[in-house]
Amino acid sequence: MEQQKDAVTLGMWLFLATEIMFFGGMFCAYLIYRNWYPNEFAAGSRSIDLILGTVNTAVLICSSLTVALSVRAAQMGKRMLLVGLLILTMLFGLAFLGIKGKEWYDKYKEHHVPGASFDASDIAREYPQIPIDESHEQIFFSLYFAMTGLHALHMIIGLGIFTWLTVMAWKGRYGPEYHAPIEIGGLYWHFVDIVWIYLFPLLYLIDRKPLK
Amino acid sequence: MATAAIPVEREHYLNKEYGIRSWLLTVDHKRIALLYLISITFFFFIGGLFALLIRLELLTPAGDLVQADTYNKLFTMHGQVMIFFFLIPSIPAVLGNFLVPLMIGAKDLAFPRINLLSWYLYIIAGIMMLHAIVTGGVDTGWTFYTPFSTAFSNTKVVEVGLAIFVAGFSSILTGLNFVVTIHRMRAPGLTWSRLPLFIWAHYATSIIQLLGTPVLAITLVLVVLERAFHMGIFDPSRGGDPLLFQHLFWFYSHPAVYIMILPSMGVVTEVIACFARKRVFGYSFIAMSSIGIAVLGFLVWAHHMFVAGISLYSALVFSILSYMVAVPSAIKVFNWTATLYKGSISFTTPMLYAFGFIGLFTMGGLTGLFLAALGIDVHVTDTYFVVAHFHYIMVGGAVMGYMAGMHFWWPKISGRMYPEAWGRLAALIVFIGFNLTFFPQFVLGYLGMPRRYWQYSPEFQVLNVLSTAGATILAVGYLLPMVYFLWSMRYGKLADDNPWGAAGLEWKTTSPPPTYNFEEEPVVTWEAYNYHEIPDPAEVAVER
Amino acid sequence: MAGNVDALFVFLVVLSTLMSVAIFTMILVFAIRFRKRPGVQAEQIEGSTPLEITWSVVPLGIFMMIFVWGAVIYFQERTPPQGATEVYVVAKQWMWKLQHQEGQREINQLHIPVGRDVKLIMTSQDVIHSFYVPAFRIKQDVLPGRYTTAWFHATKPGTYHLFCAEYCGTQHSGMIGQVVVMEPAQYQAWLSGGPATGTLAENGQEIFQQLGCSTCHRSDTQGRGPNLVGVFGKPVQLEDGRTVLADENYVRESILSPAAKVVAGFKPIMPTFQGIVSEEQVNALVAYVKSLSQPPAGAAGAPKAAAEPQK
Repeated sequence: MEQQKDAVTLGMWLFLATEIMFFGGMFCAYLIYRNWYPNEFAAGSRSIDLILGTVNTAVLICSSLTVALSVRAAQMGKRMLLVGLLILTMLFGLAFLGIKGKEWYDKYKEHHVPGASFDASDIAREYPQIPIDESHEQIFFSLYFAMTGLHALHMIIGLGIFTWLTVMAWKGRYGPEYHAPIEIGGLYWHFVDIVWIYLFPLLYLIDRKPLK
Repeated sequence: MATAAIPVEREHYLNKEYGIRSWLLTVDHKRIALLYLISITFFFFIGGLFALLIRLELLTPAGDLVQADTYNKLFTMHGQVMIFFFLIPSIPAVLGNFLVPLMIGAKDLAFPRINLLSWYLYIIAGIMMLHAIVTGGVDTGWTFYTPFSTAFSNTKVVEVGLAIFVAGFSSILTGLNFVVTIHRMRAPGLTWSRLPLFIWAHYATSIIQLLGTPVLAITLVLVVLERAFHMGIFDPSRGGDPLLFQHLFWFYSHPAVYIMILPSMGVVTEVIACFARKRVFGYSFIAMSSIGIAVLGFLVWAHHMFVAGISLYSALVFSILSYMVAVPSAIKVFNWTATLYKGSISFTTPMLYAFGFIGLFTMGGLTGLFLAALGIDVHVTDTYFVVAHFHYIMVGGAVMGYMAGMHFWWPKISGRMYPEAWGRLAALIVFIGFNLTFFPQFVLGYLGMPRRYWQYSPEFQVLNVLSTAGATILAVGYLLPMVYFLWSMRYGKLADDNPWGAAGLEWKTTSPPPTYNFEEEPVVTWEAYNYHEIPDPAEVAVER
Repeated sequence: MAGNVDALFVFLVVLSTLMSVAIFTMILVFAIRFRKRPGVQAEQIEGSTPLEITWSVVPLGIFMMIFVWGAVIYFQERTPPQGATEVYVVAKQWMWKLQHQEGQREINQLHIPVGRDVKLIMTSQDVIHSFYVPAFRIKQDVLPGRYTTAWFHATKPGTYHLFCAEYCGTQHSGMIGQVVVMEPAQYQAWLSGGPATGTLAENGQEIFQQLGCSTCHRSDTQGRGPNLVGVFGKPVQLEDGRTVLADENYVRESILSPAAKVVAGFKPIMPTFQGIVSEEQVNALVAYVKSLSQPPAGAAGAPKAAAEPQK
């Protein structure tokens, strides 16, 4: 059992390393384009909802707390507490996805979704003193949707994993001698959280000080 | 000593259970290895068929066999099928899957069900690829350069991109399985410095698979998104940068070539030690050079971009790093040669392939020095010189290593011996056919024939004809083993536990092994290549 | 230049042959000398650290030497000399369009005089192509959205292959042509043989006026846009504090994406001309802006004077 837990934990850490490389490619693209088009990135960043983004950050941090507590509950053999915490975690996850959906819908209404109907002239008008190139603005939004979209996809997969864990926990499968799945599920969830912690400042907090 | 006993069919992994379900739902790493063997052989033939069509078209300067668009699809899909559906899985998924647990004294890999998942992901990817091929194909070149692939090609770019994405996950999971297995499941007493070098090679390969493949995955995702939603990340008319695509693509695709060659090097090390009957010269240097290649391999990607428009200074950096990554490979070649010194050498089929590997890999590697030289690369990049270079390494190197391994471990895998005379003949045919196919291409490249050309200038014809002639010979060389391996499964001589008298835990169990590999968990107290203790098989009386 | 490349190539061929022969011979000799014989055991040798170090360090040293040699050639290849004759190249699926400074236009052919430095300023209208002249040992990818450059100095008259060397679609292998190197007298004859179109820079000046650029970019300090006289080839201070060099790419970007780099002291009001001008017209405009920085010999006559070989 011990060797097995060791093995699955190592396996999960290795998998997370691959996930870092996966997201890394997009972070790399982001870094390069932000460097080249600082004005468009700053303007785009200001046009996404800071309040919703902050609430989402808080939601995810709370969910990581419930995940950590659920691992502890499993270690202590407290089945109902474990199930409750897992469900709470998933509720936070769903809340995150709901808020993100609202953000995306807002962007859709403002014609900031890349593609045929993209129109950033409203952003350009907001900053008459600063040159805003709409095609560069589209790159910002492409990265915004690609990065948050990929993150949301990982969140949905996380919800799937946690549904499974909750069902197994309800059946009493986890206790002090065996709770490796909870721990590695927790690792995955924490990773998804950490990716958001990076995404949030990079996408929402570019140059937020008031304009002169 | 011989008793006239009626051989009782012993239980082993092949006859333990029959029926398609027992194969398709197996978690036995040995059966999964065979599932992979069948699948990759199938794709090898698809890729090989495309290659033959390419070479037939190139018999004449004019484009007269197929249309230009068809030709462009042929070379694209030849590359994609061979790289993603044959070479990358080949040794790790067949020989690695079969042998890694055996070599370390374990019952199976760390995650047997993930192993099966790997195979299913490969099959799903394969089906997607086949579907794309028969419904129109793709013509971007295996390198998918933008903006051609994202905004100009009218072919199945999205579908093939997704197929390769799925195949990539198969590769990542195999790598993950190997790393955890090698770390956590070695038999008692089997320290890192007692591991066979085949294991070290697969360890290094798995690190590359884990860290490199995800970057390809995200690059393909971005290409698909750009093509589907016109996002503009790589499209200059929308503020994007086509060079960004190239950097991201090559960041994986260069380490990918080390995924393809390192396992072969592992095989060659095992084969040479066995058929020289001595321990490997410079064990720790070979082990460390595998790790060195894996690490340095991540630092050289832009040597594919010297004329792409990168700055002069980046070019200098990548050129110098490319020379550094050549050193560990050279170290291996010297160590293999030194292993032969004062050995007791026999010329079995695996050994012939190993010799072929050393010769052809050396030539391929030396031509890499040409390409790393900035001034020369400007002239020969994007010509047949590069095509020849990578085929020397991939076919002359990796595929020969694969053949060496298949012959070496065939008795263990199937319980039968292949016919040795035919094996040697096929090896010779492959060697001759290979050189005739690809050596002329070095000359063609230097003379200026660009690659991916459907029609070409008439002065290049003679060399092209030589090359095509070689390709037909090579094809025969590859068909022969298919035939005699199949033949041997029914009519081949029954194999002993250790017909070669080789070192390694896999030879301490029966041929074929039982499902759980070992009757008792081995405890290891000896070094990896303890040939001073292992009797030569010819000198031991064998009962039949 | 081609000779330098060949010299390194020959050196590498010789080196590789020696190395291969050495290894193959050793393997052959060992294989025969140490073949299996009854009663003779293999000798278990563990290794030799001094040997390992030697055969790591010595190859590394040789590789570094090759690196330097290759780098020196590359540096020369990528540094066009001053005063080279400029030819603008526009690549498109599937042909090469060339514009001489003197005004001639060619498709899939490039006529140049022997003995002169020629610098190619290249861009693509669609996908990535690559300008490859095997005889000159030069190759440079041609990208959409920016200029890349290459240069050569032909030493022998003749006709040489021009190939596209970056896969670009259906007729990639048909995107070929010729570089025709002529004696100076023949070249002059060829130059005057074509229709009188005016030089590339004169062409650019016409476009400059037609599109209204001269309204803002006046030749005094009263314009709403910067005065372009003397700008090319010098550093430019931008509104956001950066300083950039006014090279071909800068001028091109200023026409097609003016908001990307705004000159200090000016407002971002220049409209983009993306979609309004073709690549060839951009080339003409770039040539015109360059001509505004050339030493005065009469504004219209300057390009012709520059076409004489200077060094």
